[in-house]
Amino acid sequence: MSNLIKIKNSSFSPEKLKTMLYDMMVIRSFEETLKKLYQQGKIHGTMHLCIGQEATAVGACVPLTKEDKITSTHRGHGHSIAKGTDVKKMMAELLGKETGYCKGKGGSMHIADLDIGNLGANGIVAAGLPLGTGAALTSKMKDLGYVVLCFFGDGASNEGAFHESLNLASVWKLPVIFFCENNLYGMSGWIKEMTNIENIADRGAAYGIQSETINGNEILKVVEATERAVERARNGEGPSLIEAHTYRWEGHSRSDARKYRTRDEEKEWKKQRDPIALFKEQLIEENIITEEEFIELGNRVQAEMDEAVEFAESSKAPDLETLTTDIYA
Amino acid sequence: MRDMTYLEAIRESMSQVMRKDEDVFIMGEDIGIYGGAFGLTNGMIEEFGPERVRNTPISEAAISGCAVGAAMTGMRPILEIQFSDFVMIAMDNIVNQAAKMRYMFGGKAKVPVVVRLPGGSGAGFAAQHSQSLEAWMTHVPGLKVVQPSNAYDAKGLMKAAIKDDNPVLFYEHKLLYNIKGEVPEEDYEIPLGVADIKKEGTDITIIATAIMVNRALEAAAELEKEGISVEVIDPRTLVPLDTETIFQSVKKTSRVLVVYEAVKRGGYGAEIASMIAESEVFDYLDAPIKRLGGVPTPIPYNPELEKAAVPQVNDIIQECRKLMNK
Ligand SMILES: Cc1ncc(C[n+]2csc(CCOP(=O)(O)OP(=O)(O)O)c2C)c(N)n1
Repeated sequence: MSNLIKIKNSSFSPEKLKTMLYDMMVIRSFEETLKKLYQQGKIHGTMHLCIGQEATAVGACVPLTKEDKITSTHRGHGHSIAKGTDVKKMMAELLGKETGYCKGKGGSMHIADLDIGNLGANGIVAAGLPLGTGAALTSKMKDLGYVVLCFFGDGASNEGAFHESLNLASVWKLPVIFFCENNLYGMSGWIKEMTNIENIADRGAAYGIQSETINGNEILKVVEATERAVERARNGEGPSLIEAHTYRWEGHSRSDARKYRTRDEEKEWKKQRDPIALFKEQLIEENIITEEEFIELGNRVQAEMDEAVEFAESSKAPDLETLTTDIYA
Repeated sequence: MRDMTYLEAIRESMSQVMRKDEDVFIMGEDIGIYGGAFGLTNGMIEEFGPERVRNTPISEAAISGCAVGAAMTGMRPILEIQFSDFVMIAMDNIVNQAAKMRYMFGGKAKVPVVVRLPGGSGAGFAAQHSQSLEAWMTHVPGLKVVQPSNAYDAKGLMKAAIKDDNPVLFYEHKLLYNIKGEVPEEDYEIPLGVADIKKEGTDITIIATAIMVNRALEAAAELEKEGISVEVIDPRTLVPLDTETIFQSVKKTSRVLVVYEAVKRGGYGAEIASMIAESEVFDYLDAPIKRLGGVPTPIPYNPELEKAAVPQVNDIIQECRKLMNK
């Protein structure tokens, strides 16, 4: 714990710190609820859970305002929640209901909420990077002052779209932050077998982009790094690349036997580096929160989740007539 | 009215819209000082500056995605893909992103982007710079596909494409760039989805696209001397397609030839032929619907081979004679 950022030195009020903890708990609970609903056969298709990666999602969104934008990935529920996307409407979308964000037509990988700057999850690995670069171009051309943060994985950094986007954003000095959640695996591809460099962040140098590698399971480290990048973007200093080390506890998607990694490795990340447990302990140690308050937060999260499931389950399925609506504007 | 080339007409259309609408800008490789590979954007950077005439790195994946991202956040970008062949590298952003976004986000997103695609053969650029792949795009719901055949249409259709709130793929034919036609000075619009009867006739309906419209008109003039009266219809946009104008013509002539440059197999001509066959005008037909398309081969370099790969005026004349049993 000694290398954790001291909360007393941070600029956040106790309320803000508790909100961060709460948001991480919502994400975890959302994902665990999905797992259950999937097992009960209430959710079809596939989904990619982000349990274990709550600190990157929440931490990276803390320095963003509502006007700022994100692009997300196939593993996007956490990012959406962190940006403020409504949990009820997201749950309804996952159950394919008309009250869902996308009227039941998008599903897990296509949640977008343009009103709060969530430009969408994406089923295509690395596709969010050029899209986010374009949104940042709009900000610059219209002098709108917002920044764009693109979430992507370590696997995505091997796509051409990653390299082309970094280069483009760099030469045009766009207000965009490329935020890599390095959870060590792309599906079954272990990072050491897929790239021959120490850090994904090293790639930023090739494009003249300010880059850093951080511990993505310590939320305040994530917040700090993102704050620096946001400031650079707002000052017109161009893009940044942040690589945050983290780990997904679950398999890649719902059909993964996880043969490519050891149970010991998983245990270690869960026991030693659980981002929620780490932050909670820190908050308790520094007297920001009590054990009772933590339990109380947990109850609130559960109530929010129950309400979301209730809302989703009682919502109507979309009418068949909507099959061909919303294709063209 | 002045005469102006197809190329100049497209440039004028973009410039006129850009003068009025701050949100419209153009981007692409070498479109600045260089004026683009075909000189189409010559002089635009002088008028609009490098912010709105945006030279990009050679990065089709990034610039196409960037255009889509800009479009969904309030801009109206026009992206030039230097040769339409290179659109393959941009395909994810066009097919998986731009075309799907509105639908999969429940009707909330709008993607007003125009992608300009210089296509077609006949200029000696061989297999990787001469393709006609517009049919690929018509297969994707969510996209619109435009294919002007003359300067007047190019100007008006470009205006409509820029104003449209959907992704529009604007196919330009390299061989048409320098062909002149009458073009009004003012800023006018030709709505997407309205075909044009380029020549009236009573014996055969030819439905032709892009440069094939010119060839069909030439063929029609020849056939006229033999007493065969040809009606030439240019759909101008493949999506949306004006089937009504086509059906009306078929009722009048009872014979149909579809002419297009793209490889005949799997081309858009098959779609037009099927639409006619499936419709009520089938009963009016006096002969099977014929298609004349490109030979299924990559476009060769040798000029004679290159010509042989796609329909020429003579091929059209022959097909028409066959249709008339002559
Ligand atoms: C272009 C593309 N290729 C492959 C896939 C299949 N796929 C989906 S997620 C994934 C792994 C991505 O790994 P990473 O970027 O590290 O993200 P993580 O899953 O670790 O969050 C793969 C291969 C895809 N969706 N898109």
